[in-house]
Amino acid sequence: MSKAQNTMHLKYESTLREPLVDGVKDYHQVTEDIISPIEAKPGKLWYIGLFISVALLLFGVFSVTWEVYWGTGVWNLNKTIGWGWDITNFVWWVGIGHAGTLISAILLLFRQGWRTGVNRAAEAMTIFAVMCAGQFPIWHMGRVWMAFFVLPYPNTRGPLWVNFNSPLLWDVFAISTYFTVSLLFWYSGLLPDFATVRDRARTKLRKLLYGIASFGWTGSTKHWQRHEALSLVLAGLSTPLVLSVHTIVSFDFATSVIPGWHTTIFPPYFVAGAIFSGFAMVQTLLIITRKILNLEEYITLGHIEAMNKVIVLTGSIVGVAYLTELFMAWYSGVNYEFDTFYKFRAAGPLGWSYWIMMTCNVISPQVFWFRKMRRNIMVTFIMSIIVNIGMWFERFVIICTSLYRDYLPSSWSYYRPAWPEVGFYLGTFGLFFTCYFLFAKYFPVIAVAEIKHVLKTSGESFKEKMVKYEDQDADQFAHDQAHH
Amino acid sequence: MAVKKFVVGCFDDEAVLFPAVKKVRSAGYKIHDVYTPFPVHGLDHAMGLRETSLHTAGFIYGITGTTTALSFMSWVFTTDWPMNIGGKPHFPLPAFIPITFELTVLFSAVGMVLTFCYLCQLAPFVKKHVFHPRQSDDLFVMAIELTDKTRPEEVKAFLDSVGAKEIHEQTVEAGWWLGRFDKEDKLFSQPVQPLNA
Repeated sequence: MSKAQNTMHLKYESTLREPLVDGVKDYHQVTEDIISPIEAKPGKLWYIGLFISVALLLFGVFSVTWEVYWGTGVWNLNKTIGWGWDITNFVWWVGIGHAGTLISAILLLFRQGWRTGVNRAAEAMTIFAVMCAGQFPIWHMGRVWMAFFVLPYPNTRGPLWVNFNSPLLWDVFAISTYFTVSLLFWYSGLLPDFATVRDRARTKLRKLLYGIASFGWTGSTKHWQRHEALSLVLAGLSTPLVLSVHTIVSFDFATSVIPGWHTTIFPPYFVAGAIFSGFAMVQTLLIITRKILNLEEYITLGHIEAMNKVIVLTGSIVGVAYLTELFMAWYSGVNYEFDTFYKFRAAGPLGWSYWIMMTCNVISPQVFWFRKMRRNIMVTFIMSIIVNIGMWFERFVIICTSLYRDYLPSSWSYYRPAWPEVGFYLGTFGLFFTCYFLFAKYFPVIAVAEIKHVLKTSGESFKEKMVKYEDQDADQFAHDQAHH
Repeated sequence: MAVKKFVVGCFDDEAVLFPAVKKVRSAGYKIHDVYTPFPVHGLDHAMGLRETSLHTAGFIYGITGTTTALSFMSWVFTTDWPMNIGGKPHFPLPAFIPITFELTVLFSAVGMVLTFCYLCQLAPFVKKHVFHPRQSDDLFVMAIELTDKTRPEEVKAFLDSVGAKEIHEQTVEAGWWLGRFDKEDKLFSQPVQPLNA
C-alpha cells in the first residue's frame, strides 16, 4: 500500500480504515500538492485533450445548427418514435450528474470522510453533465427561439400559463433548480480555495483573476462559521433535491400510458441507475486526473474502492429492478406489457440493445464483489466505461423499445439515428470535456481546505504523533492534554 | 485618514491556537479576528462568537418558496385561467408537489447564499485586508487590535508566551475591508489589565 505505512506502524491500528491522505504531509504540503498544477504550464496531453474536446464541441454546434436550420426532420424521429437519441442522451447525462451531488451532499450528511478527496471534481462533473443534459430538450424543441414558452411568465395570450400538471414542466423546474443549487454549492466551496491560490499568486494577472473569483475571502472565523452552516444546509437541501430530480425525470415516462413506461418502480429504479452511472463517470475522470496531476496520495485506492462498492450496490439494485419489471410484465397479465418486455425488448429487432444493457449493468459489475478487483485501477477504469455504455443502453431500451412497437401494428417502425443526432451527442462530449479540461487546469481539483480539515484525524502523517501517545501511560496522556 | 493598529500573531498549529485564544481573551486583549486556512471547529466558541442564524434565514426563504409556488399555481388553475386538461381537477394538489418542492429548495439555497455573501461582505471584485498571505495556506493568524490602553511590546511578548511563531505589527487603514465583526460580537470577557501591573 502506501509508502508511509512501511515506515511506521502502530500497535493498535485499524485495519478497516485506511488513511484518507497518504504520505507524510503538513498543511503547506497539501496546498503545494494541489495548487501547484494550477501555477505550472499545462502539459502536451492537456493541449491535445482540449483540442479534441473543442473539435467535438464545434462538430456538435454544426450538427445542432443543421438541425435548427432544416428542422427536427433531419433527425430520424418519426410518428412512432418521437423520442430517440435526444431524450436518451438527456436522461443519461442527468443521471451522470447525480453522483456528484451524492458525494458532496449525501456523504456529507452521513459524515463519510472519504468524500473530501473526490467531492470537488465530482461536483464539477455534475455541473458539466447537467449543462450537457439541458441541451437535448432545448434543441429538441425545434423552434428553439420559442424556448422561453416553458416559463410561466405573464404574456399577451390571456395570459396563458404553462401546464403545472405536466411532468415535462416539472422537469424544467427540477433541472434548472438542480443546476443552480449544484453551482452554488460548488462555488461556495471553491471560495476559500480560490483565496489560497490568490494569496500565493506570483503573477499580477493570477492575483487579479483569483482575487475576483475568491470574492475577497479571508478565512475569518466568523465567515468559516457561516460557511459551515451554509454547507450543511445546502447539503441537506441537495439530498432530497437529487432524489427528486431523477424521480421527476422518471415521471416523464411513468405518468404516461405507454407499456414499459407506465410503472411505479421507475423513481427508485432511475435514481439507483443515475448514481450507478454517475459513479462510473467519476471513476473514469478521477483515474485519469489523479494520474496526470499526481494526486494519487489524495485520491487513494481507498477512494476508488469505496466508489466501486457504491457501483456494485447500485448496479445490483438496477438489476433487481430489471427482473422486477420482467416479473410484473408477466404477473400483471396485461398483454401489452407482456409483449413489450418479452417480445419487443428481450427479443425483436432491437433486442440486441436489451442484452447489451443486461451484460454491462447487471452481470459485469459483479466483479466488484472481489476486493482485488475493486482495488485494481485498470479493471475499475474498464468497468467504468462498460457501466456507462450499459446505462446509455438502459435509457435507449426504455425509450425506443417501448415506442417502436405501437398499439397499432401498422405504425410499427424501426429506429436508427441520423448523423445530426450522433453529432449532437458527440458535441455534448466536447462540451463536457472542454469544461472538465479547463476545470482541471484552472481550479483546485481537490477541496484544499477540506483536506486540511481531515488531515489530522485521517492523514497518514499524524500517525507519527499517535506513536508517541501510544507509548505513554493513560495518566501522562491526560496530564498532557489538560496542560494543552 | 483613520488607521487601526494591530499586533498580528501567527500560529502553526490549531492545538496551540486554542489555548492561546483563551489566554489572550482572559488577559483582556481584544481579538480583532482569527484567520484560518480551514474551518477550525470550536474556535468560534473559544472566541465567544455567537451562533450564526443563517439556518433560520434558510428556513424562512424555504417556506417563502413553498408558499410562492403553491399559491401561484393554485391561483393560475383556479382563478386566473381554469383550464380543462383532460377533465382533471382544477386544484390537483399532488401534481403541484414537485414544483412546490423544487421552488422551496431553490429559494432557500439562493437566499442563503446571497445572505451569506451579504453578511460576510463577499462579492466579485471585493478586496479585503489580508493580514498574512499564508493565512489561507498553513498559518492561523490572530490579529489583536491595539487601543490606547495596550502597549504593542506587551502584546507581542504575551503572544510569544502563548506560542505564536511569528509576531509583527501592522497599521491598516480603517474600513469595511477589515470586517465588521467588532460591531456584532463583543469579544471582551474581562476588563483590560496591563500584564505587568
